[in-house]
Amino acid sequence: MPDGFHEEEILGKAYDGRLMRRLLGYLRPYKAVVFFALAAIFLFGLLQVVPPYLMMVEIDRYLDPAGRGRVPAFFLHFLSPHPLTGILQIALVFFIPTVVITFVLQFAQSYAMQLVGQKVMYDIRNQIFSHLQQLPMSYYDRNPVGRMVTRVTTDVDVLNDLFASGVVAIFGDFFTLVAITGIMLAINWKLALMTFSVLPLIVLVTMAFRRAVRESYRRIRIAIARINAYLQEHITGMTVLQLFNREAASYEEFEQINRAHLDAYKDSILAYGLFYPAVEFLGVLAIAIILYRGGVEALSGTLTIGAAVAFIQYSQRFFRPIQDLSDKYNILQSAMASSERIFKLLDTSAVVHDPAAPRTIEKLRGRVEFRSVGFGYQADHRVVEDISFTIEPGETVAVVGHTGAGKTTLTSLLLRFYEPQEGELLLDGVPIRELSRSDLRRNFGLVLQDPFIFSGTIASNIRMGTPGISDEQVREAARRVNLLPFIEALPHGFDEPVKERGATLSVGQRQLLSFARALAHDPSILILDEATSSVDTQTEILIREGLRTLMENRTSLVIAHRLSTIQNASKIIVMHKGRIREVGTHQELLARQGIYFKLYQLQYKDQELPVTEAASRAGNSMPELAS
Amino acid sequence: MPSSVLTRLRRLQPYLRRYKKRYVIGLTALVLTQVVGVTIPLVIRRALDRIQHSTTPLGRLVHFGPIVDGLLFLAGILLALQLGKSIFLFLTRWVLIGISRDVEYDLRNDLFRHLERLDARYYTENRTGDLMAKLTNDLAAVRNIVGPGIMYSANTVVLGVLAIAVMLYMDPRLTLLALLPLPLASLLVKFFGQKIHERFEKIQALYSELTEKVRESLAGVRVIRAFCQEEAERRSFDRMNGDMVGRNKGLIWISSFLWPGLALLFAASTLLIMVVGGWQVVRHDITVGTFVAFTMYLMYLIWPIIALGWVTNIIQRGLASLGRLWKIFEAEPDISDREVPEHPLNEIRGDIEFRNLTFSYNGSPILKDINLRIPAGTTVGLVGATGAGKSTLASLIARLYDAPAGAVLVDGVPIREIPLRTLRESIGFVPQDTFLFSETVRENIRFGKPSATERDVERAAETSHILPEIGGFPKGFDTMVGERGLTLSGGQKQRVAISRAVLRDPRILILDDALSHVDTYTEEAILRHLTRIMAGRTTLMISHRVSTIRHADWIIVLRHGEIAEQGTHEELLALNGYYADLYSRQLIEEALEKEA
Ligand SMILES: Nc1ncnc2c1ncn2[C@@H]1O[C@H](COP(=O)(O)OP(=O)(O)O)[C@@H](O)[C@H]1O
Ligand SMILES: Nc1ncnc2c1ncn2[C@@H]1O[C@H](COP(=O)(O)OP(=O)(O)O)[C@@H](O)[C@H]1O
Ligand SMILES: [Mg+2]
Repeated sequence: MPDGFHEEEILGKAYDGRLMRRLLGYLRPYKAVVFFALAAIFLFGLLQVVPPYLMMVEIDRYLDPAGRGRVPAFFLHFLSPHPLTGILQIALVFFIPTVVITFVLQFAQSYAMQLVGQKVMYDIRNQIFSHLQQLPMSYYDRNPVGRMVTRVTTDVDVLNDLFASGVVAIFGDFFTLVAITGIMLAINWKLALMTFSVLPLIVLVTMAFRRAVRESYRRIRIAIARINAYLQEHITGMTVLQLFNREAASYEEFEQINRAHLDAYKDSILAYGLFYPAVEFLGVLAIAIILYRGGVEALSGTLTIGAAVAFIQYSQRFFRPIQDLSDKYNILQSAMASSERIFKLLDTSAVVHDPAAPRTIEKLRGRVEFRSVGFGYQADHRVVEDISFTIEPGETVAVVGHTGAGKTTLTSLLLRFYEPQEGELLLDGVPIRELSRSDLRRNFGLVLQDPFIFSGTIASNIRMGTPGISDEQVREAARRVNLLPFIEALPHGFDEPVKERGATLSVGQRQLLSFARALAHDPSILILDEATSSVDTQTEILIREGLRTLMENRTSLVIAHRLSTIQNASKIIVMHKGRIREVGTHQELLARQGIYFKLYQLQYKDQELPVTEAASRAGNSMPELAS
Repeated sequence: MPSSVLTRLRRLQPYLRRYKKRYVIGLTALVLTQVVGVTIPLVIRRALDRIQHSTTPLGRLVHFGPIVDGLLFLAGILLALQLGKSIFLFLTRWVLIGISRDVEYDLRNDLFRHLERLDARYYTENRTGDLMAKLTNDLAAVRNIVGPGIMYSANTVVLGVLAIAVMLYMDPRLTLLALLPLPLASLLVKFFGQKIHERFEKIQALYSELTEKVRESLAGVRVIRAFCQEEAERRSFDRMNGDMVGRNKGLIWISSFLWPGLALLFAASTLLIMVVGGWQVVRHDITVGTFVAFTMYLMYLIWPIIALGWVTNIIQRGLASLGRLWKIFEAEPDISDREVPEHPLNEIRGDIEFRNLTFSYNGSPILKDINLRIPAGTTVGLVGATGAGKSTLASLIARLYDAPAGAVLVDGVPIREIPLRTLRESIGFVPQDTFLFSETVRENIRFGKPSATERDVERAAETSHILPEIGGFPKGFDTMVGERGLTLSGGQKQRVAISRAVLRDPRILILDDALSHVDTYTEEAILRHLTRIMAGRTTLMISHRVSTIRHADWIIVLRHGEIAEQGTHEELLALNGYYADLYSRQLIEEALEKEA
């Protein structure tokens, strides 16, 4: 299955300093909170060493008579010689405050970081969404909607994991490790070094794990992206799939993608499954070393039992974060992959920049000019070339030509959806590049060939959130496109809910609705791109009547295949294979006997049959066609 | 609640049963892991006791040699035990988590297969985004029950029982004392777990709205830009985005409280052991080794108890998701082979009949009392105002929606009695709004007949007169058409769709306004090809252009869901009704143009 369009580039890198620095940049506005959280986690890390230490003091001071001599002087003086009082002293003065402070720190840290995580997510989401709003249309041509949605949603969630639990927890673990290392060295540096002798083994295991996971992670991400893309597309196109009996074939395709996903996961489960027990084993290896070496030292009197116990507990606390490393690794790896993709999107610079000091047109007259415009969707393949024409204010110009001739492309250029590679477009003599895009577009009312209907209501689809369009204007627009009777027959009228993509409307109705949308915005310049192609002739004629007054002193650009639609154009432009081949009035073009003439002949040759002849043929009807 | 939990879980039974053997292996490994694991503190206790014993003044008299050897031996035992534990632990995770991925795979396949059976009505009523979320997020939540959910529950039970048993064996009173704070922990988990669950569901609901918002706003980007709505979109997105933060805040403080809170309760247990256990050591009721072992078992218990909170969370979320997934499974397609008799029709000639057909989507009838027969091999043209019901009529033939029983017949058989496969196989449908898949032009054309040869594809492309244009594309038939065929012009899309339908060599051809985006010249060329193709096939051609259908054997005018006029072109002209009016309008226009 060729799937280049849906393929994501996926990296398996777990850490990339450049990306990480940029990510951390998002924390800048919340510096104070982050420092607070770091301070909290620093203290938290330090306090982690206290409970085992207290245990050591208790054992050596009261539980094992042999250890008394090696209790730190401070405790020896402070604690009561009576065991019960002394133990209670340890508990009340040291232990309880420690755990309560630990609790407060942990809570504060977690709350602060999760809050920052939420705020950062909010910022990044807004940033991505705004950026998407600015990206050129060509970006949308290249990227499926599903993928862009993922950037705003799932990818950002992954980053939240990093901020909320990942980054700070790693710092916390680091502080803990340092503090434990320090205290172990302080208690008995020889035994401490022996305990740490398992660390190289851990490094080896971790490296092997990383290598194994990286590859399967990449495969998993690819598989997930493909599953999502496949689902999205096939759910939307399910009717077509069913009409063409593709159920079995599509199921097989889907199963294959699903299988790739499963296989990749099986491999990663193996790696994760091995890592955790392996590290646990190494942790116990350290304990065994402590038991044996510590025991020998205890026997020779250089180590107390309490210290041995503290060592065991420290080493447990030491290896736990390392064991959790596999989870953190996962978070980190996902975060790197997601941020890589997010940044890539954010770094896609908008080709269509608004000028720094945009010019404004005080009072638009509506003169449109194409000046030697050349453009291709791909740089090396021109779709339109050498296009020059003008539309005078108030004039209606029609563009005709075969499908694929480049007519729609012209309208896209006029609205600056794309930037021409050659030549320029002018509005009232001002190059449109020098206008801000919103100023430019506000003047146009565009009816697209493919109507897009939003979920919402009939009214919200006409009004499109533009402020200042009254109910009366919405109604008037619907009336002009002859949609009013239909809307009024609906149970909720203009407030009738509309489904995703207008699924419950007939295609013609969708087109009329998008037509009404353009009219309601009362544009100075109207662009109709086959605006009534799915509408019946009668309705179309009614609309034309309704538009006549409206179009009288408005500049209009009309694209249509039915030549009858464009008869009152003051100028007709004939496009052929991306070039303007003929320009003139209807009569001039007919007289020229060129492409237009041929189109015209084709379209009307049927009607040129005299009616009488048609009537005489009426006798040959099919008798068996009964009603 | 528990019984409904069970009934809901029972839905998974067929999936779990498939992996019964592996469950047995995995769970056995899990028990063995813990059985071995629980002996480790005992070894340490023994070692400590030995050391302590020999460091007492009395013990110092003994020769150290054997004790050191003993310590070495104990260290060896410790390692051996841990090796066993690690191996069993690996087995447990590998097998149990592995099963969950298998179940996910099975479920996802089955869901997709089920979705393929659901009909058009289902897809208008359910948003694509929601369905996507079900097949990804909800499925993951269910997988979490099957894998980690089951594994950690079992783990908690086994480890809890074993550790407490050993503790009781060592010292019952101290055990009870140490476990005193634990019921509180489970209350905490239950209370907060419930709250987390509720808030989480609310966040999820908002999240799915947010996703849908983004999706629509990106899919409709041209319209949004053309109408300068970028700022408005940004604002409304910003509002939802801000709401997300607001709702999350409510969750954050709870989840930030839960874990440290649990840790605090454990500290309380540790405290009790420190004080009471310590005092017992002083009174020589227990040894230092036992004292230490107690604190170690407590460490062992922390994780399962914390996991308990986590597991309840997983299970609750999983159950909610399971319910949502099952909504998909429970949605039965209205349109199925339910009424197909034992020996159904398996070849179709293409005779279509509508008998007193009245149809509505929901509420007011769209089609009213349609009676019409289209004999096999004839061509019928269908005209009528927008919204008159033309597409609806066409879609009933292919059973995209179901007409009342017996209202639509093919070859004299009610279509509900014809297997869907047979029916649709014999129909070449060109829907009014073209949907192409984001694959190559070639794949799109042979969509309905993957076995088609290169020559077939080319011929089909020729029929719709798109062959020359495809030849002009840099990559020819291998050109990717983009999402929904985005990189093709409107007319190109329609013609790919025509090729796709024609390639199937269908008995019945339905063209629903299939040439609306095609220019007259191309239309003429296509019609020329099509006339040849249509010979001998039943064709239903919907169009707004008289020129497209005037040569049809029979023409129907549909008005407000009723047949208003019918006959041949000439007959309809003679009738002087809607059709003649359309025709004459075009004549008048033409005349006007000529005069101008
Ligand atoms: N977004 C796009 N990306 C790449 N190619 C495109 C895109 N849109 C249109 N094209 C190509 O540009 C040519 C002209 O298309 P278009 O302007 O839509 O034609 P018309 O409107 O005259 O039917 C066609 O060959 C089409 O395949
Ligand atoms: N899926 C649907 N659910 C509800 N109403 C629908 C649905 N599809 C179409 N309609 C309504 O049925 C009527 C007929 O639609 P349709 O058959 O598409 O008309 P057309 O004659 O233009 O092809 C329209 O009023 C339309 O709004
Ligand atoms: Mg229709």
